[in-house]
Amino acid sequence: MNGRNLPLAATLAVFVAAYAVCAARFPAFIGTRVPADLVTDNAFLGVIAVGMAFVVISGGIDLSVGAVMGFSSVLISLAVSRWGVPPMAAFLLAVGLGTGFGAAIGAAIHGLRAPAFIVTLTAMFLARGAGFLLTTEAVPIDHPFFRTVQDLAIRLPGGGRLGAVSLVMAAAFLAGGVLLHATRFGNSVFAIGGDRRSAELMGVPVGRTTVLVYAISGGCAALAGVVISIYTRAGNPLTGVGVELDAIAAVVIGGALLSGGVGTMLGALVGVLIQGLILTYIDFDGSLSSWWSKIATGALLFAFIGLQKLIVQLPRLSPRMAGA
Amino acid sequence: MPPAELLSVRGCTKLYPGVRALDGADFQVRAGEIHALLGENGAGKSTLIAILTGVTAADGGEVRIEGRPARPRGPAQARELGISALYQEGALVPNLSVAENLYLGREPTRFGLVRRRRMEGDARLLLAAYGLQIDVTSPLGRYSTAVRQLVAIARAADLSAKLLILDEPTSSLDADETAMLFEVMRQLKARGLGIVFVTHFLDQVYAVCDRLTVLRNGRTVAERAVGEVSRAELVGLMLGEASAGAGYPARRRGAAVGPAVATFRGFGRRRRVAPFDLQFRAGEVVAAAGLLGSGRTETALLMFGAETADSGEVEVAGRPVKLRGPRDAIRAGFGFCPEDRKRDGVVGALSVRENIALALQARGGWARPLSRRRQADLAERYIKALDIRTPDAEKPIEQLSGGNQQKTLLARWLATDPRLLILDEPTRGIDVGGHAEILKLVDELCTQGLSIYMISSELAEIAATADRVLVMRDRRPAGLIEGAAVSPEAIMAAIAAPPGEAAG
Repeated sequence: MNGRNLPLAATLAVFVAAYAVCAARFPAFIGTRVPADLVTDNAFLGVIAVGMAFVVISGGIDLSVGAVMGFSSVLISLAVSRWGVPPMAAFLLAVGLGTGFGAAIGAAIHGLRAPAFIVTLTAMFLARGAGFLLTTEAVPIDHPFFRTVQDLAIRLPGGGRLGAVSLVMAAAFLAGGVLLHATRFGNSVFAIGGDRRSAELMGVPVGRTTVLVYAISGGCAALAGVVISIYTRAGNPLTGVGVELDAIAAVVIGGALLSGGVGTMLGALVGVLIQGLILTYIDFDGSLSSWWSKIATGALLFAFIGLQKLIVQLPRLSPRMAGA
Repeated sequence: MPPAELLSVRGCTKLYPGVRALDGADFQVRAGEIHALLGENGAGKSTLIAILTGVTAADGGEVRIEGRPARPRGPAQARELGISALYQEGALVPNLSVAENLYLGREPTRFGLVRRRRMEGDARLLLAAYGLQIDVTSPLGRYSTAVRQLVAIARAADLSAKLLILDEPTSSLDADETAMLFEVMRQLKARGLGIVFVTHFLDQVYAVCDRLTVLRNGRTVAERAVGEVSRAELVGLMLGEASAGAGYPARRRGAAVGPAVATFRGFGRRRRVAPFDLQFRAGEVVAAAGLLGSGRTETALLMFGAETADSGEVEVAGRPVKLRGPRDAIRAGFGFCPEDRKRDGVVGALSVRENIALALQARGGWARPLSRRRQADLAERYIKALDIRTPDAEKPIEQLSGGNQQKTLLARWLATDPRLLILDEPTRGIDVGGHAEILKLVDELCTQGLSIYMISSELAEIAATADRVLVMRDRRPAGLIEGAAVSPEAIMAAIAAPPGEAAG
């Protein structure tokens, strides 16, 4: 272990330990039903976290994703139930718009040399406002396609149902993981997050990479809108308020450094699952206020920030010189 | 027939608002040589490097690589032309692994996927050629500066570089690491690379370079073989005729030594620096010498309370004092100019005036602000007294040269009317002219009765200035050299003496 994998190991350990605690108190956690629901219920957050992992590792932040998800769900519901657009076309339209919007955010961040925080905050207001322009209330979707997709599920032995949306999330994580960890583009993302100026001097295409990173994040946010519209069979301009913060928390609990350059896709996935697990536990308990989940998430975040600090202070490695 | 020119720069000009950074400079580098690029700060070295690496474009003149005109736009294009540069800082990305750093942007791929195994194997082979055996999967940031620089050089050379520019690569290396770097430079030279070596250390020019080019005020004033130029001549070339021959003028020692100002007895901190004794008398310069990492800087940090000592005692003007933090030290009349000016010293965006007022303001507390009038008076006085070269007191300090920044820092502490001034590497990264001025200033301050503790890696500088020299080795005091015995040879001997001998 060279320090790099330590946060990921810690994240996994926390998840396993937390799951064991849950299972000890509520035997229902053993089996496939709860895990399958855990994945299905948090699919939208997972999809957003994929994009957020790219953003955070590149040293940025994207506050617009919750609003983009909300806009996308509204757009899909209106397109399908009011304008008669075929569902698949509506999905493509939403994801395309989200990706383009993200690319524009990335171009603004790079071109104006503006902080990501302020640019994506602006974008958040724009997207949220645009959603409300389309409609101010929830729009139910009554289309046979949605019912079919919702009923699509992989039935696991033991009664678990992995919904279609969980497959979307799995695909997103797989694709995101390969892109982040096994391509030149992924290395560029890490390089920019580690030291933007050096990366530039080493010939990394900083502008192109930044645009792509935010395009991926925007696309993932819109895809999360697709997921939530299937999951709830409705579109709502209020959907996804605060989800950007949950996604950032998931990525950081997953071992990413908010200042950039460090993190893994697997970690982000486990970060999402840990947050979902806390909610599920509170559900099972029944007597706890659901706000406890926020406190637990906060405590975990704090612990991981502390861990990162410790890792930075690991002793220097010393080289062995040949012949010495 | 003379060897073919690898790089040929003719009549290169670059204008910045109000400044002619380069004014028709010429520069020739041959394949298979190490070429020193010398000049004071502001001579145009950085601008020339920026043009060669495509960071900025020249306004006039031409650059040819192997006879073909070249106008790189951006580092990536410069690299394609065979020009790679290594900067003092920010050469590589610390969070990526060693292997990823070596192959960033040109990773071996199959179907678009990076072949990590293959890349790591290649990295190991590549580094082995430089005698470096390290875990290439570890993040680069976990290795020392020396290793990072070797990795950066290996990367640059492997990018089929023809011309390698090393911009002050040795400024944060110790002697062993520098020797290692020189070995690598010679190896690359033997492979036919042209190497441009920028340094402030004249010794290193003579140790490793074949030819040298001196820039002054944006013009080329000399291009010679290193063996043809004497040290004094070189300094003259860099400074211009007016100050030719300016080495380090020796201070009149012991002229006005007064009573003890501060006495440290058995002062130390476990795992940082072993207990040391040191006494400062008014009008005296005490220097600390030693290799990088010998504990020199740690003594200063303890004395200023930036780290708390866990043993020993301090007496200031005959009274015992406790140093729990820098505020205690400032109250006791100590001032401290840290080693890393940029990081720990100057506040870049603030003006010269504000930087000077900072320490005095801190002592006064936030409830008693220094009036603007008072600040302006202070600034004006010290700009004149220390000859700080700035158009006016409101200029952001980051726009000043290193030497003038250092003088501003000195002014900051002088404004608090200190008894003891601690200077950690006050002349590092400062050009030869600024160097001499800082030393002159130190001399003047002593004449006024101040005590000065100066840490320096330049033995000649110490020998010329110090009344007493504390030699540090392996984080413990290794000797005290006094008065007439102070000489570079004596200090060197104390640093190099085997442990157990010559203890102070």
